[in-house]
This record gives sequence, C-alpha cells and structure tokens, in this order.
Amino acid sequence: MDTIFMAVFSVTAIGVACAVLLCISSKVMYVKADERVTALKSSLPGSNCGACGYPGCAGYAEALVKDPAIKTNLCTPGGASVAGELSRIMGVESGTVLKKLAVVRCLGDSEAQQVKMDYAGIKTCYAATEIFGGQGACTYGCLGYGDCKNVCPSDAICIENNLAKVNANCIGCGICVKVCPNQIITIEENLAVPIVLCQNHEKGGVVRKKCSKGCLACTKCVRECPESAITMEENLAVINPEKCTNCGHCAEICMTKCIGGIA
Amino acid sequence: MSFEGLIVILVSAAVVNNFVLIQFLGICPFLGVSKDIKSSAGMGFAVLFVMVLATIVTWPIQIYLLTPNDLGYLQTIVFVLIIAALVQFMEIVLKKYIPALYLSLGVYLPLMTTNCAIFAVALMNVKENYTLVESIFNSLGAGVGFLLAMVLFSGIRKHTENADPPESFKGAPLTLIAAAILSISFFGFSGVIENLFG
Repeated sequence: MDTIFMAVFSVTAIGVACAVLLCISSKVMYVKADERVTALKSSLPGSNCGACGYPGCAGYAEALVKDPAIKTNLCTPGGASVAGELSRIMGVESGTVLKKLAVVRCLGDSEAQQVKMDYAGIKTCYAATEIFGGQGACTYGCLGYGDCKNVCPSDAICIENNLAKVNANCIGCGICVKVCPNQIITIEENLAVPIVLCQNHEKGGVVRKKCSKGCLACTKCVRECPESAITMEENLAVINPEKCTNCGHCAEICMTKCIGGIA
Repeated sequence: MSFEGLIVILVSAAVVNNFVLIQFLGICPFLGVSKDIKSSAGMGFAVLFVMVLATIVTWPIQIYLLTPNDLGYLQTIVFVLIIAALVQFMEIVLKKYIPALYLSLGVYLPLMTTNCAIFAVALMNVKENYTLVESIFNSLGAGVGFLLAMVLFSGIRKHTENADPPESFKGAPLTLIAAAILSISFFGFSGVIENLFG
C-alpha cells in the first residue's frame, strides 16, 4: 500500500509542479498580441503567395500594424473586398486594387519551335538551361518543364505542348517570374495593351529557323502603327503602353502573329 | 572524469553511436523535416538544445528522487511528463525573451514534445551511470549527431527529389533506401574510438 501511495504521490506531485510552473509562466510571460494583427490575418486570404511583397499573409499583417504608411491595397489575390476589410480594421481609406496577371512571353510550343536535341536529363527548366539551354532550338523561350507550374500557389499555370500557359486562376503574385530560368514571364498591370509574345533577341533569319512564332524584327508593326507606339529594341518589338490605343492593328499585320492581347 | 573521457563520450554519441543512423532513434523527424537544409538545421538545433536541457532536469530527478525511493520503474512516465512540460515552458520563455529564435524554430519546438531521441538520451544517461557533467556531454554529442544526420540527409534528399526513379521507388521508398545507405556509411566509424583513445 505504501509503495503504491509513494508512486502515485510522486508522479502527481511532479505533474502538479509542472502544471503550476506552466500556468504561472504563461501568465507572467504573456506576450500581448495586437488585436489588429489577428483581425488582419483572418481577413487576408492566407495563401501566403507573397504578392504584397511581404513574407506571407502574417508578415503583411504585422507590417501593416507596425508602419501606418503601408498601403492596404497590396493584396492582389484578395482584390477590392480584402482591401476594404483591411482598411476598415486599420481605419484608413482604401485605395483601388490593381488587377495584375502573369504573362508567358513566348509562343514557342512543340509545334512552333524546332528541336535541337533529345534532352533526357532532369525534368526541370532550371536543369535544362544548364545543358545547352534545353532541347528547344530557341534559348530564350519557354522550356516547358513547368518550374513555374510547380511553384504556382493558385494552379494558374498549365503546360500545353511544352509551353506554359496562364489561365484565369492567376492572382498576379509573381512567384513564377522568379523561378523561370529564362525570365520569360512578366507581371502585367496594364491589361488593355497588346504584348509582344517573344523574347528572342536574335536576328530575324536566325529566329525564323528556330521558331515559327518568334518576332523577326521585320519592323512592319513599327512602320504601320498609327500612334507610333512601337519601337524596335535589340531585334524585338516593344510597345509603349502610354501611346498605345489598343487598336489591334499590330496584332493583325504581324507576320508571325507573335503580338497578342492578354488572356 | 578526465577531459579525454568527456571527449570520448561526446564523439561516441555524435558519430560512432549516432542516434539516428546507428541506434535508429528519432527517425520520424529525420524523414519528416529533412526536405530542405534550412528546416532540417532548424530542427537539429532545436533537438540539440532540448536534449541538453532535458538532461539537466531529468538527471537530478532520477538521482535524488527516483533512485533513493526505489521508484526506478516510474522513470518512463516521469521523464515523459517532465520533457513535455519542459518543451512547453521553453516555448513560453523563447516567445517572450528571444522572439527571433522562437520564430526560426517555429513548429519544430512543439514537435519535440514526444521525440524519442530526447527521451532516449535521458534514459541512457541513467543506464550508463553517468555523472551530471558526463550526461551533459553525452546529450550534447547526441544532439550534434542528430543535427549532423539531419543536415547530411537533407543534402541527399535534394538529389533524390530531382532524380527520375522508377515509379514504384518514387517518394518514401527512395528516401528510406537513401537513409539506409547513409546509415551503412556511418558504420564505418565503429572502432574509431578504440583506435583513437584506446
């Protein structure tokens, strides 16, 4: 009887001692969390995409509370409703939320682009660029192994015919921009303006041999643009969004049809 | 105990009797959080820290409370209780005074509440009749060994994740095979102690 009592007593005593210690320490060393941070966190989408420029939704919430100068409209995935919610919690005016989308600036799918070798290495874009720029003839274009697709938090990229395509799920976070080894993905804010969907800076003849949908730098669009909004920079047409009126003429006359609108 | 004896305990716990690769303790975090080097190092340091702390607390309890009262059989339940409470306490203290460390350890701290490697260190110290200083060196070595195994394995994992193995080997099977090979390589250390300090 005595043995059982001693055993039960010591375990209970240790348990109670631990409990008391934890109770007291949690009260004494209580860290006061700002209520606004909790409220902000719960109204943010929580996908931790980083589009706002802070490490995750929690990071953005803390930054908002710390620095009142930080804008409440930085959450692109959340859109106007989240911006409104954040502004209400912080007690400030909410600005408009710019809709941003990722654009893959390449049309070189497996039909358009020539193949220069049979690549059987590690199936990631990053690995492929290390070996003569991948199996496609064009070293500027999409490699098609989907590094961007793998990091996309919203399932907005799919690979069709060895070409990355962005669909309507895109939240404009820009994570894909960072992982693309050829840097052919850009985040576009001005969605009304057409975009040159080629990144190849080589001369027209060289491009033509490699891909049927590349910019040949023929300057036809430069000459015919009614607003003179297009210039030729390093063998690639560049559209000035400030001058462009989105008449669509360049997209029509382009010989390789590499000028297109978004989505 | 001479200084040399302490070093023998340290090296033996860290490399020769590596907790993860030779004694197969703490396999769950070893396989679970070794995906990238950052989180594996985080987990490794957290375990190292808690191992030493747990030893400092459990050793006196065993020697001054359990052994004199013939309660050696309560070792398991008492140690589990103490280690769990200790980890919780550490979490509160770190959150208050060293928030940077708390944030970097993140989820790994509560994960350690029931880590068998930490528990095993506490039991081993008692079984080997170590003094307090020897116990601390033993747990330090065990922690360093755990950290070493974690970091080494995360490097290997990086390559197995990029590899293109047959379908049936993808994921867990390949990870386990890699772990087994790493474990075999650590058997090469057996005999080192005898030859170095023998």
